[in-house]
Amino acid sequence: MAEFFAQYVPQWLAYLLAALIHCALLIQVVAVGALVFIWLERKVAGRIQDRLGPTRVGGKFGWLQTLADGLKLITKEDLMPEGADGLLFRLAPYISFCASFCAYFALPFSDGWVAVDLNVGVFFILAVMGLEVFGVILAGYSSASKWSLFGGMREAAQVVSYEVPMGMCVVVPVLVAGKMDLVEIGRMQEGLFTNWFIFHDPFTFITFWVYFTCALASVNRAPFDLAEAESELVAGFHTEYSGLRWSFFFMAEYGSMFAVSGLAAILFFGGWNGPLPITEWLGLKHSVHPVLGYLGNFLGMLNFIFKCCLWVTFMMWVRWTLPRLRIDQVMKTCLKYCTPIAAVMFLGAVVWTYSFPGGVTSMRKPYGERYIVASEPAPAAESPAPEAAEPEEAESEEKTASARPKQLTTAGLVSGDSRMQVATRQALEPKTLARGGH
Amino acid sequence: MNWHTFFFLLFSLLACGFAVMVVLSSNIVRMALYLVFSLGATAGLFFLAGADFVGAMQLMIYVGGTLVLLVFGVMLTAQGPFISMKTRGGDWILAALVSGSLLALLIPASFSIREWTNAPAEAESAELAESAEPGAQPDTATRLGMGLLGVRVDKLAGAPKELQPGMSGYLLPFEIVSVHLLVVLVGAAYLARTKRRATS
Repeated sequence: MAEFFAQYVPQWLAYLLAALIHCALLIQVVAVGALVFIWLERKVAGRIQDRLGPTRVGGKFGWLQTLADGLKLITKEDLMPEGADGLLFRLAPYISFCASFCAYFALPFSDGWVAVDLNVGVFFILAVMGLEVFGVILAGYSSASKWSLFGGMREAAQVVSYEVPMGMCVVVPVLVAGKMDLVEIGRMQEGLFTNWFIFHDPFTFITFWVYFTCALASVNRAPFDLAEAESELVAGFHTEYSGLRWSFFFMAEYGSMFAVSGLAAILFFGGWNGPLPITEWLGLKHSVHPVLGYLGNFLGMLNFIFKCCLWVTFMMWVRWTLPRLRIDQVMKTCLKYCTPIAAVMFLGAVVWTYSFPGGVTSMRKPYGERYIVASEPAPAAESPAPEAAEPEEAESEEKTASARPKQLTTAGLVSGDSRMQVATRQALEPKTLARGGH
Repeated sequence: MNWHTFFFLLFSLLACGFAVMVVLSSNIVRMALYLVFSLGATAGLFFLAGADFVGAMQLMIYVGGTLVLLVFGVMLTAQGPFISMKTRGGDWILAALVSGSLLALLIPASFSIREWTNAPAEAESAELAESAEPGAQPDTATRLGMGLLGVRVDKLAGAPKELQPGMSGYLLPFEIVSVHLLVVLVGAAYLARTKRRATS
């Protein structure tokens, strides 16, 4: 996008504009998402409890209810307890919100539609979402209220423990894909829904449910919402908050619900790829025409958002169905069930991918092979371009001993990623030979 | 001055400023908060340098793990509502000596690296242009993983062919660290287990 703007305005302004547009779009996803989901939560809760939920504001379904609530919250007085630590108290909601918002930077909404195409996207999202707990802990600590303090402590204990099984579950699809790049992981699952990683093998299938349990716990939703247990702790860590600061916590909560659902959609459910490759059949690809490709991407985004909304709705269903766990039950679920199951699933997935590298059924295209084959001819086509810049670059590279490779290899002039794959395969060859032709 | 330089200065100023505030503050939770910002800015520097794996690692381990545990520990053990730590004069002098000598050691070391002082301008612009084009980003995670498993993919290209399988990266340190961590885990589980009574 920056290159597009650079045609019209100076370079620095182009980058600034591109960054602002990305940020605005993502903030809009979080804010509008929170509006919709809070309304949806009330409707779902109402239906489950055999009542109607909001019906009056904004016409038929009460769909402006959240906006009315937002206006009410803005006009509320911003209270702070007398004994509170002012700086931390004011800062805590923003820390939570920023952490939940930052996760969206690496979340691809469609093929290539991602703010920052990080090489370690999965890992980045996990790391940033882990920071959200810091806002909650600070809120609990700085409120100078024992309810808040208890809520914060419970949250800290819970989130720190659940990060372990959650990380293990996320590793399983990463292992199947061989990549941590979310865009690449999404691309590998294109085609029929049998290519989705949840149907890859029995282990990934079970892993998804463990992941979902851990995700519920890590975004602090019922039945794991001990930090704000109304029956015991008044309102937990946000007892002392009011007005807009209070609503920031909720924006963060709904934001991270959407983010973990998005991660689940990409890692297990094919991301932006529908159950049937309809966009492929219609020829909505960039290689046919840029506008058609854009349309295909847009359909993919709708697909992705639909999947995320589905899982968010599922979280609401769980919340209004199951009772809240006790703190020792929460810890038991994590340490005695989720972690061992995740570990066994990880081992199983390792064995499975080793024994059936191309999948078990012939229905499945061996995506790993397909991926290597697909990525190989591309550099050959673009290789003449870097040739012109070769002499200067080789010099500067020798000087700086840079690790970025664009040199001749035994396999010919190839660049970047596939060069490394070739090199890797060469290096691994003696080992596989020694193993006796697996 | 381009955005790269701007963000480098911004992040480094943030990191240094909050590090100083950690020293000057006396409230331990505020210290932890400033440390979070300082370490977060350091992670930003890593991302800026293209080391996205290390940056995410920094966020996950130091900010998300260690500091959360620190604040958690403070909340568990606190006697009063807000703890403040008073540093005595002697401690100030001792700390100034230790940190000052470390700083005096590090500054000449960082300035003595030739590639950092006279970074070739054309290399920098080429690198920026390369990172700007989509799909040309360095595959850092794969390289790191291969390096830990014993293949230095970044050194394979120039090496003679018969030497390539023997470029055994960091396999031994990796294994040592793994075994060490396992020992630590077993030890922690042993220490934290519920003590059985002698009668039962």
